[in-house]
Amino acid sequence: MDVFGSFALILAFVCALYAFGGGIAAIVTRHPLLIKSARQSGMATCALIFVSTLSLVYLFFSDNYSVAYVVSHSNRDLSTFFKVAALWSGQEGSLLFWSFLLAIYVFSVLFTYRSKNGELMPYVGVILAGVQLFFLTISNFVASPFKALGVANASGAFDLVARADGNGLNPVLQYPEMVIHPPNLYSGYTGFTIPFAFALAALLARYPGEKWIHLTRKWTMIAWCFQSMGILLGAHWAYAVLGWGGYWGWDPVENASLLPWLTGTAFLHSVMMQEKRGMMKVWNVWLVFVTFMLCILGTLLTRSGVVSSVHAFAQSSIGSWFVGFLCVVAGVCLAAYFKNKDYLKSENQLDSLVSRESSFLFNNLVLLVACVAVLSGTLFPVFSEWFTGSRISVGAPFFNKVNIPLGLLLLFLTGVGPLLAWRKTSTESLLRNFKWPSILGLLAGVTAFMFGVREMFALICFVLCVFVGSTIVQEFFRGAKVVRIRSGASWLASCVDLTLRNTRRYGGYIVHLGMVMIFIGLAGQAFNKEVEKELPIGSTVKIGNYDLLLQSMDQKQEKNYVADRMIVEVLRNDKPVMMLYPERRNFPTNQESGTMVAIYSTLREDLYVVYAGMNPQTNLPTVHAFINPLVKWVWWGGMVVVMGTIVALLPSRAAVVVLAKAASTAGAPELGGMRPAQVALREGHD
Amino acid sequence: MKKQAKFGIGIGVIVISMVSLAWLGYGESKTYYHTLAELDTLKGSARTERMRIGGTVQNGSIHRMTGRVDFVLEGEGKSLPVSYVGSDPLPDTFVDNSQALIEGRPAADGRFVAEHIQAKCASKYEAAPGGKLPATPAGT
Repeated sequence: MDVFGSFALILAFVCALYAFGGGIAAIVTRHPLLIKSARQSGMATCALIFVSTLSLVYLFFSDNYSVAYVVSHSNRDLSTFFKVAALWSGQEGSLLFWSFLLAIYVFSVLFTYRSKNGELMPYVGVILAGVQLFFLTISNFVASPFKALGVANASGAFDLVARADGNGLNPVLQYPEMVIHPPNLYSGYTGFTIPFAFALAALLARYPGEKWIHLTRKWTMIAWCFQSMGILLGAHWAYAVLGWGGYWGWDPVENASLLPWLTGTAFLHSVMMQEKRGMMKVWNVWLVFVTFMLCILGTLLTRSGVVSSVHAFAQSSIGSWFVGFLCVVAGVCLAAYFKNKDYLKSENQLDSLVSRESSFLFNNLVLLVACVAVLSGTLFPVFSEWFTGSRISVGAPFFNKVNIPLGLLLLFLTGVGPLLAWRKTSTESLLRNFKWPSILGLLAGVTAFMFGVREMFALICFVLCVFVGSTIVQEFFRGAKVVRIRSGASWLASCVDLTLRNTRRYGGYIVHLGMVMIFIGLAGQAFNKEVEKELPIGSTVKIGNYDLLLQSMDQKQEKNYVADRMIVEVLRNDKPVMMLYPERRNFPTNQESGTMVAIYSTLREDLYVVYAGMNPQTNLPTVHAFINPLVKWVWWGGMVVVMGTIVALLPSRAAVVVLAKAASTAGAPELGGMRPAQVALREGHD
Repeated sequence: MKKQAKFGIGIGVIVISMVSLAWLGYGESKTYYHTLAELDTLKGSARTERMRIGGTVQNGSIHRMTGRVDFVLEGEGKSLPVSYVGSDPLPDTFVDNSQALIEGRPAADGRFVAEHIQAKCASKYEAAPGGKLPATPAGT
C-alpha cells in the first residue's frame, strides 16, 4: 500500500505539472481542447491526492510498521479514532493532509465552474495547479510520508526493516479536539488559496467588473469560518489539555494562525466597499494576496522551527522551500500588480468621517495594525538577530499592550459601523440608532463599577459589549417589528423570517453577536484567580467561594495509558457541588505523561483543577486550581460565530417570493401594513 | 482636501499610539537568547536583562520545594544552578536529561531565577530498536 500511495503521489505531481504547463499554453493559444485537458488534469491531480491520502490512512489502520511515518506516530493499542489523527500528527503527514484539503477545494472549484466564467477559469486553474505543485514537490521529494523504515548498514546503503509495534502518538495529541482542530485550521489555511487564485486570475486576465468578488465571497467565508473554528478549537485544546489555566499564550504558532484570520476578516469587510462603491480595489487585491502569503508563512512557522515554540517541529530543511515559495508568490503578485495596476483604479472617494466607508476603513486599519504587531512580535527573534546580532524575543506584555486597545476599538466599530449610512450619516440617524445602545452601555458600566469592577480594560469591554449587543438586538427588533405588523407571526418567527430574507446582513449581525460574546469571555481574564498547594488526603484548599477537598487518590488502567487520579470533592459555601477527577496519564509506549484537567464550567466561571504531580520529597500530591470567570462565553461565542457564518452563506430568500406572500397575507390591506414591509426589503444595507 | 486631512489625523493617532504602546510592551518583555557559554562573557547591564537559555537538565539535580524548584542546567561544558519560581506548573516533559529552555534573570549570587520553563524530551523517538527516526515532538 505504501508503494501504491507514493505512486499515486508521483502521478498527482505529473498531472499538476500538466495542469500548470498545459494551462499556461491554453491561456496563450486559447485552444478549447487544451483548456479542457488542463482542467481535467487539475481534477485528476485532486483525485490522485485523495487516493494517496487514503492509502496513508490505510497504512495506519492496518498497523503497517514498515513505514517510518506510521512507526513514529502510531502503535497497535492506539484507538481507531486517534489513528485518523495520527495522519496529521507529524510533518510529512501534515503536508500531505494540506494537499488533501486543498485538493477538496480545488476539485470543488474546477467542478462548479467547469462551464462558467470561461475567461477567468484557465487562469484560476493554473494558479491553483501552481500551489498544488509546490506542495506535491515537498511531499514527493523532500518529506515523503511513505518512506520505508530503513537502517543504514556497513556499506552505507539502507536495509529495509519492519517493526512489531510503533512508537505511539504523542500523548498531548490524544484528545478529541486534536482530531478536529487541525483539520479545521488547515481547511482555513488552504481555503484562502481559492480567493487568492481568483484575485490573481482577475488581475492577470483584467477580468471586467467586480465579478471575481462575488465568486469568491462564499469561498472566503468558508475558509474564514474554518479558520475561526480552528483557532478556537486550538485554544480550547490548550485550555483543556496543557493545564496552565489559559487558552491563549501568544505562542508563535497560535499567532501564525491568527495572522491570516486578521487579514481575512479585513478582506471580508473591505470587499463591501468595492461592491457598493467601487473603492479600495488595490487594497482588496493585496489583502487577499497577503492573506494567502500569511497562510504559507503560518505553515512555514509551524514546520520549520524558525521561532521556538511548543508546537514547532525539530529543525528541518523544509523551511527554505517555504521561504522560496513565499518569494515566488510575492514576486508573481508584485509583477501582476505592476503590469495591470490601471485595472484597479478607484471609482469613488471617501466623503465623510461619519460614514459606512469610513468605518470600514478604520476596521481595516485596526485589523492590519494588529496583524503587523502580531507578525513583528512573532518574527522579532529572527529580525533582531539579523540586525543586531543578538536574538531577542518579546512576550505577552508586548502583544497585550497593543492588541487589547485595538480589540476594543474594533469592538466599538462592530457596533457603530453597520448602522452608519453609506457616504454620510445625518445627526438624526445617529441619535435614532445609538441613543438606547449608548444609554444601556453606560448603565451597564456604572452597574459594573458599583459592583466593584475596577480593571479599566475589562470595564470598557463590558460597556462596549452591552453597547454593541444592544445595537444588534435593536436591529433585529426593528426589522422583526415590521415583519410582525404584516404577518402577525411571533417575534421569534419574525426574526427568523427577517434573517432568511437578507441572510448576508443578519448573518453578519449574528457573527458580530458571537464576537461580542467572545469579548465578554476575554474580559473575564482580568479576574482570574489561582492557587497551588500540596494537599494531604482529607485536607482542603480554598479558592474563591469553593473549597476543594482531596478525598483520595486512585489509579485507572486504560488500554493505552495508566491514569493517576485525584478524587476531589468541590464544596461551595460548605455545600457539596460535585466531584472532579484531575488526572495524570502515563503512556508506557513512549514513556511520556500528560495532564487531564478537570473543569467545572458555568456561564459565570470555570473552576479548573489540575493534578500538578507528586512532590518526590514530601510524597504529597500537588493541586493547582484556577477560577477563570466567563471562559465559557468564548466557546459559546465561537459557536454563534460559526452559526452566523452559515446563515450568511445561505442564499437570501428571493424578494419576489416575499412580495407575493405579503400580498396574500394582507388580504384586507391596510395602508400601514404594506409600507413597512417595503422598508424591510430595502437593499444595500448589509 | 480637508476630508483627507481628517482621515489622515485619525489614522495617524491610531498608528502612533499603537507604536508607542508596542514600544512600552517591548521594553517590558524583551528577552535575549543566550547560550550557557555566553552567560559568563556578559558584562554590565547585559547581565541583568531578561534572557532565555537552553540546555539539558542535569541527571538527578531536580529538587522540588514549596513554591520553588531547583535544578542544574548543563550545556557546552558549563553548568548553571537554576531556581524556578514561576506560577505555571512545570511541563510534563521536564525530567532528568530533558532539554529545557529557561526564561528569567541571573541573580547576584550566581543562581539563575527562572519564571518560565519549556521542556522537550530529547530522547523520545531516537535510537529506537530497529532504526533511527527523526525526532518529531509536539504536533500542530
